[in-house]
Amino acid sequence: MSDAHPATRPISGGRSVKSGRSTLFESESLLLRPHFPVGIVGYGAYVPRYRLPAREVARIWTGGKGGVPLGEKSVPGLDEDVATMSIEAARNALLRARIAPDLIRAVWVGSESHPYAVKPTSTIVAEAIGAVPNIQAADWEFACKAGTEAMQAAIGFVGAGMARYVLSIGMDTAQGRPGDALEYTAAAGGAAFLIGPADESLATITASYSFVTDTPDFWRREGEMYPSHGDRFTGEPAYFRHITSAAKTLMEALETVPADYAWAVFHQPNVKFPQRVARMLGFRSEQTEPGLLVGEIGNVYAGSSIIGLTSVLDMAQPGDRVLLVSYGSGAGSDAFDLLVTDKIEERRDLALLTRDYISRRTEIDYATYARFRRKLRM
Amino acid sequence: MELSRHWRLQDQRYRLVGEVCDTCGVKIFPPRDICPECSKPAQELYTFSGRGEVYSFSTVYNAPAGYEEYAPYTVALVKLEEGPVLTAQLTDLGDQEPEIGMPVEMVTRKLRTEGDQGMIVYGYKFRPALAAAV
Repeated sequence: MSDAHPATRPISGGRSVKSGRSTLFESESLLLRPHFPVGIVGYGAYVPRYRLPAREVARIWTGGKGGVPLGEKSVPGLDEDVATMSIEAARNALLRARIAPDLIRAVWVGSESHPYAVKPTSTIVAEAIGAVPNIQAADWEFACKAGTEAMQAAIGFVGAGMARYVLSIGMDTAQGRPGDALEYTAAAGGAAFLIGPADESLATITASYSFVTDTPDFWRREGEMYPSHGDRFTGEPAYFRHITSAAKTLMEALETVPADYAWAVFHQPNVKFPQRVARMLGFRSEQTEPGLLVGEIGNVYAGSSIIGLTSVLDMAQPGDRVLLVSYGSGAGSDAFDLLVTDKIEERRDLALLTRDYISRRTEIDYATYARFRRKLRM
Repeated sequence: MELSRHWRLQDQRYRLVGEVCDTCGVKIFPPRDICPECSKPAQELYTFSGRGEVYSFSTVYNAPAGYEEYAPYTVALVKLEEGPVLTAQLTDLGDQEPEIGMPVEMVTRKLRTEGDQGMIVYGYKFRPALAAAV
């Protein structure tokens, strides 16, 4: 390990980024790479039991006419929220990590559906998994990339040597206005990742990169129940620009090409967007298929790209390289380069697989959905 | 508002923290000052696995105040694999009928909310054991 601050340390074999004023050091400073190598020590997913087929939404609002953006979406039960769902994903992550919860030094939950406006979700989760009181705890918000934002922070926390383990969660019970395009897709679920030292990890995190601008494609104002969005503006200047910029910059700086990756996972607000962005970047559909869950569970917002990653880890082999790129409206993308280690094989089956949750499926109609999502005022 | 009561019960409600008697070894839930088997005081804390089976059950159609929005729901006596029997709601039944002997596992869920402005109370419920359900 060099004595130089890691942000100014040259990348071995690195290449400069064409930023107009590129040097080796500037190129490296775009990459987020911690002082100590880190990785994923444990991971866990959660998807609620109930499914609302998109055709049910179409039946109510369009007379069943027109296309639908996916097959069905997951719906939380009456007694579920981001806290309870995060607790289950966190327990799964701990089962795989096999560490005592009191070794965790931070619990961070990213979501846009925190149960309280003021009072952290993270304290409830930390208490329920037995991680209190010697921890940092906070809730993160950045639309659909709040989960990877929490992962970035965890990489920094662990990678700086301030903590051995940090739990980062992305979880949502997303809101969609009745009749709006988002009602077909806004779903519930997410994932938890225990970030720790690379030599204990089932997947090491080589580096990450974040690309962020002020782009008003989607928002929800304080006190409003439902979000608003810019319709087609959510595509080119928002989703596609940010994901492609993040992925390309990361790959250029690491000197990788799509063929170097066994698997790639992109934020998945519907089925078409991640498929198209994968093609734009030069990935084949076989590389994205295992992590593409949106058709079966919907867009789980802060959990969307990362639950795709859990699905990939459920089937990945040691040595597989994985690209993960999130997208959060407002807007930004976090891109991660991961390398699966041989520890995956002994830990994968220590908790329920993501597929186990997806297979646990009870279909509901729109009326039950309206009740479960408290759209009926009594 | 019963903030202090909910707060005091968090450990047992969120993650089934009971006790094990350091004299006779029996597992105890909920935790109490005196072992119900050997009457010795001061027990060690013990976190239960959360696995058990339905000992008996009944479905509630006329729910008490605070639980109306969940009705109808099923309440069960759950026999934990470590021995104690406790009362809890069953959840995530979907279209499954509850049965005596059904394997169940603990999940932490919302128990109730104290109106639109009050606190959200979380605690244990039991669902059909997932490995058996898929």
